[in-house]
Amino acid sequence: MTASRRTWLRGLAAAGAAALVSACDRIAGDPAVRAGLKGAEQLNQGLHRVLFDRRTLAREYPDSAISPDFPANGSISPGDPTYRALAAGGFADYRLIVDGLVERPLALDLAALRALPSRSQVTRHDCVEGWSAIARWTGARLAPVLDQAGLKPEARFLVFHCFDTLDPEAGEDGRYYESIDLVDALHAQTLLAYEMNGTPLSIAHGAPVRLRVERQLGYKHAKYISRIEAVADFSHISGGKGGFWEDRGYEWYAGI
Amino acid sequence: MTHLVAFPGVDAAAPHLHGPVQASRPHSELPQRLRRVRFPGGYVLSPDPASSDAEATLRPRLWTRLSHALIAVSVFLLLPSGLQIFNAHPALYTGEVSRFDAPWLKIGARERGEAMEGYLRIGGREFETTGVLGWSGPPGEAEKRAFPAWTTLPGYRSLATGRNWHLAAAWGLGLGLAAYLVGGLAGGRLRRSLVPTRAMLAPRAVLADLAAHLTLRLPESGGYNLLQRLAYLAVVVLVLPAMIVSGLAMSPAVHAAAPWTGDVFGGRQSARSAHFLGAGLLALFIGVHLLMLLLHHPLRRLRGMTLGVRETRP
Repeated sequence: MTASRRTWLRGLAAAGAAALVSACDRIAGDPAVRAGLKGAEQLNQGLHRVLFDRRTLAREYPDSAISPDFPANGSISPGDPTYRALAAGGFADYRLIVDGLVERPLALDLAALRALPSRSQVTRHDCVEGWSAIARWTGARLAPVLDQAGLKPEARFLVFHCFDTLDPEAGEDGRYYESIDLVDALHAQTLLAYEMNGTPLSIAHGAPVRLRVERQLGYKHAKYISRIEAVADFSHISGGKGGFWEDRGYEWYAGI
Repeated sequence: MTHLVAFPGVDAAAPHLHGPVQASRPHSELPQRLRRVRFPGGYVLSPDPASSDAEATLRPRLWTRLSHALIAVSVFLLLPSGLQIFNAHPALYTGEVSRFDAPWLKIGARERGEAMEGYLRIGGREFETTGVLGWSGPPGEAEKRAFPAWTTLPGYRSLATGRNWHLAAAWGLGLGLAAYLVGGLAGGRLRRSLVPTRAMLAPRAVLADLAAHLTLRLPESGGYNLLQRLAYLAVVVLVLPAMIVSGLAMSPAVHAAAPWTGDVFGGRQSARSAHFLGAGLLALFIGVHLLMLLLHHPLRRLRGMTLGVRETRP
């Protein structure tokens, strides 16, 4: 075989491989195909809800298991002016808003939040990227907060609106948000956490208040919470998929 | 060496295989009911009681072929989408959590003078892997990524898409393997075709089998030999189930309800490591499996396992 023919064949093979890869990528990333794959998400959530007790607690660990190096992911220092001003004042002017489909909208400052029934738990945080770390989280249990606000019967989800803009290029849709259903909202380990490892939450980890929704992956644990909105559905909010990462293709049910 | 690549479940060990049915008679001489098996699925779908299982045992049953197809397609999707997911955090740890300063395996990239170089670090040893692991891509467009584009699904970087595919294809593997095992256990076929016989385990027989493999001179007789049985058995009752359990262990919801899924591996991060190593074993197994297929009557074997067309022996 001559050198030129060999080069030509090699080029043909490379072009063929590239065409195959790009064809695979087109199929893999096709919105309709991915929508079909999302059917598995419904199956996973359905199976978990059928097989597992909704009240099952995530494992809790001894203090000795706490990770010395717990990474902070996503926003680690929000530049949003509102947030900057609150942080500068030590969050003295912070008010957690609870509204939407509730009988009695709330505006809780940190002292009010700390006066509510609380819980402290040492749990494992599993990032969607694959790593895990353990910390002690202390905060107000979400269920009593919802009792105080009085959920209306049509409320089915809680949307957590956050202070931080994670994708500045997306404008208002670049702001972080998350949502959970009432099964997770009323779970005993679901907290509005204001302390990590016994000290007030640092800015990198979501000060002044972040969500702990054990049994789901890290991106559900919204940081820098400004407002909790009770809704019947979330399709009208931002990208409509119920969360910043959900709008970017990740599963809404992040229990897997 | 006719059975080297056949999928377990082809119950070829039965003694009646060596009877006249499998002789290479011209097609036209076969009775009508035997000729019918040459059509895909026809024999199994409309069983003729008179035809017994003589020729049925010469090829995989429909149940085996369907579950094999489901498992094959699923694994074909799970391996590259798994590498895409791994690329999101290309480091492995032991225990329940990540000790970020002490991964036992890490793939990364760093500057080396003017250029970038990729590396793979295992324990204390480091290997330069530029172009494949850590740093790869077309000239001028190379990027930092653990596994190269041609090994991942999708080729471009997208953890979300990789997870969509992986978590969907996992259903295929779970259902396919369950179907395969239930079918195999119910009929006793798994035990007959995959569990080594006492005679095979005699020291002399073991040595003979090893020698035959090392010299690539494998017996043409029916049934799986010792190494085949051990390899298939390990994959279907050990590696694939372990892949499913270690995958489930990584789900925080499953871990809350069934912490044993992580504990059997020594923690969630150990389970993630086991998942990765198991994928490596599977890739190795599939490589040998396909190589053997290519080396020995690939078309005949492929037809046997897909369409169920009966094998004729040379």
